[in-house]
Amino acid sequence: MSNLDAFRAEVRAWLEANCPPEMREPVRDEDDICWGGRKFEFKNAAQKQWLERCVEKGYTVPDWPTAYGGAGLTPEQTKVFKQEMARIKARPPLQSFGIWMLGPALLKFGTEEQKVHYLGQIARGEIRWCQGYSEPGAGSDLVSLQTFGEEVTDPVGGDHWVVNGSKIWTSYADKADWIFCLVRTDKTNKYQGITFMLFDMESEGVSTKPILLISGNSPFCETFFDDVKVPKDQFVGEVNRGWDVAKYLLGHEREMISGGGAGGDMISVGALFAKSLGLNANGELDDPILRAEMAAFDTDVFAYRAMGERFMDMWKTGRAHPASSNMMKYVGTELNKRRHELVMAGGGADALEWDSDESKGGARARSWLRTKANSIEGGTSEVMLNVIAKRILDLPGA
Amino acid sequence: MPLYHNDDQAMLKDSVAPFVAEQAPVSHLRKLRDSSDATGFSRDLWAQFTEMGLPGMLVPEEHGGLGMGHLEAGIVLEEIGRNLTPSPFLSTSVGAVAALAKAGGTQAGRWLPAIAGGEAIVALAIDEGAKHRPDRIATTATRSGNGFRLNGKKSFVLHGHVADMSIVAAKTDGGITLFAVPKDAKGMTADPRRLVDSSLASHVTLDGVEVDADAVIGEVDAGGDILDALLAATRTGAAAEMVGVGQGAMDMTVTYLKERKQFGKLIGEFQGLQHRAAHLYGEMEVARATVMKAQQLLDEGSEGARLMVSVAKAKAGRAANLAVREGVQMHGGIGMTDEYDIGLYMKRDRALAEYMGDVHYHIDQVARMNGY
Ligand SMILES: Cc1cc2nc3c(=O)[nH]c(=O)nc-3n(C[C@H](O)[C@H](O)[C@H](O)COP(=O)(O)OP(=O)(O)OC[C@H]3O[C@@H](n4cnc5c(N)ncnc54)[C@H](O)[C@@H]3O)c2cc1C
Ligand SMILES: Cc1cc2nc3c(=O)[nH]c(=O)nc-3n(C[C@H](O)[C@H](O)[C@H](O)COP(=O)(O)OP(=O)(O)OC[C@H]3O[C@@H](n4cnc5c(N)ncnc54)[C@H](O)[C@@H]3O)c2cc1C
Repeated sequence: MSNLDAFRAEVRAWLEANCPPEMREPVRDEDDICWGGRKFEFKNAAQKQWLERCVEKGYTVPDWPTAYGGAGLTPEQTKVFKQEMARIKARPPLQSFGIWMLGPALLKFGTEEQKVHYLGQIARGEIRWCQGYSEPGAGSDLVSLQTFGEEVTDPVGGDHWVVNGSKIWTSYADKADWIFCLVRTDKTNKYQGITFMLFDMESEGVSTKPILLISGNSPFCETFFDDVKVPKDQFVGEVNRGWDVAKYLLGHEREMISGGGAGGDMISVGALFAKSLGLNANGELDDPILRAEMAAFDTDVFAYRAMGERFMDMWKTGRAHPASSNMMKYVGTELNKRRHELVMAGGGADALEWDSDESKGGARARSWLRTKANSIEGGTSEVMLNVIAKRILDLPGA
Repeated sequence: MPLYHNDDQAMLKDSVAPFVAEQAPVSHLRKLRDSSDATGFSRDLWAQFTEMGLPGMLVPEEHGGLGMGHLEAGIVLEEIGRNLTPSPFLSTSVGAVAALAKAGGTQAGRWLPAIAGGEAIVALAIDEGAKHRPDRIATTATRSGNGFRLNGKKSFVLHGHVADMSIVAAKTDGGITLFAVPKDAKGMTADPRRLVDSSLASHVTLDGVEVDADAVIGEVDAGGDILDALLAATRTGAAAEMVGVGQGAMDMTVTYLKERKQFGKLIGEFQGLQHRAAHLYGEMEVARATVMKAQQLLDEGSEGARLMVSVAKAKAGRAANLAVREGVQMHGGIGMTDEYDIGLYMKRDRALAEYMGDVHYHIDQVARMNGY
C-alpha cells in the first residue's frame, strides 16, 4: 500500500510540474483532442508540449510495457495514474484507435517485431489508425464481409495480396495514416477465411468519400480498395485466422465506447441545470417532473460509475467475464443517450439552436444527435444483448 | 482498494453461501410461514449463526466481535437474500451495531458483547408512518427525574415484539436522541403484524415509558450522527440483501428459460425473452457494483459514503424489482402459484424495497445531495 502511496505522490508531483494549464481545461469539441498522426496539426504549443512530455514518460499508454513505448504500470498503478489525471482534470495527451483497439490486439497477437514497430509508433502519436471492419452488406453480421484479397506470388516485388472491395462507416478514414482491415482470403470458409491486414492509406488504389451525419458533421467515410497491393507480411495473427483478432479487438473497442473508466467524468445532470432552470424555495429544481427524471438518471450514473470501477479492476486483472465488455457497452451507451435527451430537455428552446454563437455552433444539439450512434458503433445494443444472452447467460439457440 | 472481494472475503463467501443454502433455504421460510411461527425467525438457526461468529461480525474486537466491515456483512446479507432467510441479522448485527459502535459508552458496553454472543436481538424503532421520514420524528423524550419519559408511536419495527432491546429515536429539546429501551420497559407495547413476505413487524406504542439517563445511546441531543450511522448501515445492508434476492430470482428464471418448452422450443431461444434477461443481467451487475462501492466507502469512513448509500439503496431497489417482476412473468402461469418460489422473491423484494427508504426517497436524496 505504501508503495502505491509513494507512486501517487510521484505522479502527482510530475503532473503538477508537467501538465500545462491549457491542458487542464475541459475538452470542448473534436478540435481539442490530440489524435496524433502524420497529418495532425497541433492546436497550440501546450497540446504539443503535453504530448511530448507524456511520450517521454510512456504516459500516453501508461499500462503498456516500456519496450513498446508505455510506462509499464501495474493495474493498481494505472488506476492511481488515472485518478491523479482526473484530479487535476488533465486531458488525455493522445487519443487514438491505435491506443484503444489495435494496440491491445497487437499486444496479444503481434510478433515481437510488430510490437516494437507499430506499438512504438502508436505510443508516440506518429501514426493514426482507422478501422476497416464494416461493409455495406456486413454490419452486425460482420463475418459476412466480402472485401477480398487475392494472393500473388511475386519474386521481384515480393509476395503480396491484391485487395478489392469497399468498407463503410470507416471513422476518420480521410485523416488516418494506416488502416487495420478485415479482408476475406478464403471464400470457402466463413469464420476461418478472414485475414487481419495492416496497410498504408496512401497505398495506390485506396480512396475515401466522407459521409455526412445527422449531426451535420462528417467523421466517417466510405472507403474503396481498387487493386490495393498489401505486402504478404502485413497481417496480425495467422492468415485466415483474423476473426480471432477481430473479435478480441472488438472486446476492447466495446470497453472503450462504454466509457468504463471514463464513467467518472459524467457529472450530475441535475446539478448542471440547477442554475438555468432555477430552484424553488425548498432548494429543488423548479420543474418537478424533469427534476425527478434527472435525479433518477443521476442515480444510474453514479451507479454506473461504480460499475466502471469494478469492471476495470476486474478486467485489468483477468477476473472479468471475457464477454462483460458487451454488458458495459450496452449499459454505458444507453445511459449516455439518456443523458443527452435530458440535456436537450433541460436546455429547452436554446438547445435547439443549430449554428448561433451562443449555442457554440449547436453544440448540444449536435452532441445529442451524435450520441445516437453510441448504441450502433462497435456493435449495436441488440447485438450486445445477443452476446450477453449467449455467452454469459448461456441461453439456448442464442 | 480494488472493487472485488479479496481472498479473505472470498473465503468468507465460500463458507457462508453453502451454510445458508443448506441450513436455511427457501423451504425454511415456508416452514416458518406455514406453521404461523410467532417469533419471525428460527432461534436454532440464530444459534448456528452464533457458532460461526456472524452476529458479531461488525462488533469491534474489544467488545467480543470480529471487527469486520460492511463488505463482509454484505456477503452474509446477500446469501440471506438469495435464500429468503428470515433473520434478525440486518436489524441486530448491522443497524444496531453500527449505532452502538458509533456511540460507544455504557450502552455499547452493555449490548455489543450480548449481540456478538448471540444473546440479544435488537429492533430499530425509527419510522412512525407508512413511509420512511427520519427527518420528521415526532416521538418525544422529556426529562423526568434522573431520566427521560418517552411518548410516541413507531411502525415497521422488524422483530419489535421479540427484541431484547429496541433502539428508539426521539426528539429531545435540542435535537434527536437515541435510546436503548429494554424489552420489559413499562408502557412500551409491540403489536406485531404479519407482512406480505411473512415477516413480522410491529407497531410499537411508547406511552410514558420511563428510562434512566444512561439509556441514552451517545449524548443527549446528539443522536443525529448516530442515527445517520444506523441508517447508512441498514440501508446498505438492505441493498445487499436485495442484490441477493434479485440474483436468486434471476438465476431461477434463467434456469427456467433453459427447461420450459413451448412452440417446440426452449423458451430461452426466443429473442424477446433473451434480450430482457440480458438487460436484467446488466442491471444486476450494476447494482452489485454499486452496493460494494457503498460498503467500501462506509468501511473507509469516507465522505462520499452518504451519496453512495442512497445510490445503492435506489439502484439495488430498481434492479431487484426488475428481477422479481421479470421472474414471475417469464415463469408464466406457474409464476403465479404459491407452490413455486419465484413469488416469494417478489414478496421479500417488496418489503426490503420499503425498508429504510424506498427508491423514490433515495433518488430524491441523490438530487438534494447534488444541490437540486
Ligand atoms: C458513428 C459510427 C462510427 C463507426 N465507425 C466505424 C469504423 O470506424 N469502422 C467500422 O468498420 N465500422 C464503423 N461503424 C459501423 C458500425 O460498426 C455498424 O454500423 C454496426 O456494426 C451496425 O451495422 P449496420 O449499420 O450495418 O446495421 P445493421 O446490422 O443492418 O442493423 C440494423 C438494426 O438491426 C438490428 N439487428 C441486426 N442484427 C440483429 C440480430 N441478430 N438480432 C437483433 N437485432 C439485430 C441492429 O441492432 C440494428 O438496430 C461505425 C458506425 C457509426 C454509427
Ligand atoms: C390467474 C390465472 C388464471 C388462468 N385461468 C385460465 C383458465 O381459466 N383457463 C385456461 O385454460 N387457462 C387459464 N390460465 C392459463 C393461462 O392462459 C396461461 O398461463 C398462459 O397462456 C401462459 O401459458 P403458460 O403458463 O404455460 O406459460 P408459458 O407459455 O410456458 O410461458 C412462459 C414464459 O415464456 C413466454 N413465451 C412463451 N412463448 C413465447 C414466444 N413464442 N415468444 C416469446 N415469449 C414466449 C411467455 O410470455 C412467458 O413469459 C390462467 C392463468 C393464470 C395465471
